[in-house]
Amino acid sequence: MRIDLEIRKELRSGPRVFRLDVRLATQGQRVVIFGPSGSGKSLTLKAIAGLMRPDEGHVRLDGTTVFDSGAGVNLPPQARGVAYLFQDYALFPHLTVRQNVGFVLARGWLNPRSGEIHEAVDYWLAAFNLQDVAHQFPVELSGGQRQRTALARALVARPRALLLDEPFAALDPALRQRMRVELDELQTRLGVPMIIITHDPEDVAAFGEQVLCMNEGQVVPQAQGLLSVGLAA
Amino acid sequence: MEPAWTALGLSLKVAGWATLINLVLGVGVGYLLARARFPGRDVLDTFLTLPMVLPPTVLGYYLLVAIGRKSWLGTWLRESLGVNLIFTWQGAVIAASIVAFPLVFKPARAAFEAVDGQLEQAARVLGVSEVGVFFRVTLPLAWRGILAGLLLAFARAMGEFGATLMVAGSIPGKTQTLSVAVYEAVQAGQDDLAATLVLITSMACVVVLLSAGRLAPGRIANR
Repeated sequence: MRIDLEIRKELRSGPRVFRLDVRLATQGQRVVIFGPSGSGKSLTLKAIAGLMRPDEGHVRLDGTTVFDSGAGVNLPPQARGVAYLFQDYALFPHLTVRQNVGFVLARGWLNPRSGEIHEAVDYWLAAFNLQDVAHQFPVELSGGQRQRTALARALVARPRALLLDEPFAALDPALRQRMRVELDELQTRLGVPMIIITHDPEDVAAFGEQVLCMNEGQVVPQAQGLLSVGLAA
Repeated sequence: MEPAWTALGLSLKVAGWATLINLVLGVGVGYLLARARFPGRDVLDTFLTLPMVLPPTVLGYYLLVAIGRKSWLGTWLRESLGVNLIFTWQGAVIAASIVAFPLVFKPARAAFEAVDGQLEQAARVLGVSEVGVFFRVTLPLAWRGILAGLLLAFARAMGEFGATLMVAGSIPGKTQTLSVAVYEAVQAGQDDLAATLVLITSMACVVVLLSAGRLAPGRIANR
């Protein structure tokens, strides 16, 4: 996926001002945006998905302009065709695993019924080994099962890119290593482009085909970025 | 016992309509106050809470001024639609709706504010329309709080007395609700009838409160 992004955003919280000023152009199947917490990684990812509106700039995905303040273009998140994996997965607590995974397939005002069978849903439930917990609610799942459910839900929509916000931060270290391997295999198998944001150097080692470092709202040279995390940790 | 059951039927009808009206208005305003950012939002919230603290007779007086025969709105309703609201059960519905309104929009606002915005964002990224997000994520997650408010509103509307008496009067079989009938029975020295009416009213309110407490444990018990 080719990403061409140049955005500015000013956020105020009382007397504190945070300035996001990101410029990046990258092409690759696996892009890692790396930096300490509070560096603006999440905001950048949200701007790509359409969940945060920059003050000015542009965002282009594979040549399609999804945001351009100059031209007055701002596609809603619904129209951008990307999947977003939230840090704590944002599974719908009132729906079962099967309903969560099938969420995208039901249109209109109603959620999929709990007994509804759909080929694509069954395929992804099997692919992520979730058949046994399909009838359970998110609160009853383990951390790994939650992440798999969130991935399945995202992939049913056939996104053109997968955006992952600190995908392993909510997992314990042993599980983290296993899920890294799973995600690695999945990405290789599906060939869906992936953008991962993380503050964990091990994620960079596992997925860092293309690495961008961020610090204090800006993209910085890699060495400086690693150093800033080292100092912060 | 005939008049007692007539009064109960009328009370249920008035409270039912008032609850239905508040399901739309109260939930709508609650959502608006929870999500929209506009100047004067807190002032509006305070203003809309007034029916909870103002004496019902004062509300009844305001209503008479607003929709009474001599008012601008009352004249317009009579002349163009042929509708008269004063001394009708529909007038009692309006009075009960206003009195119960804060009991719906306040919990609804709190319930909407408690919904994790990230879940709505997740639904948007999955391609679900804004209307779909509301009906498939926001409303189901806020529903318990809203339902508890609606049940309280129903109980409050059942017990409405002051504003109803001012606006709808006390016409047996037409506008005389349970709570008004109790007052009339006591005034007329019909103690047996009064005792029956009181018992029916109390039972109905206990049933509603029990259901409300079951739907939102803690929230109502702590009040």
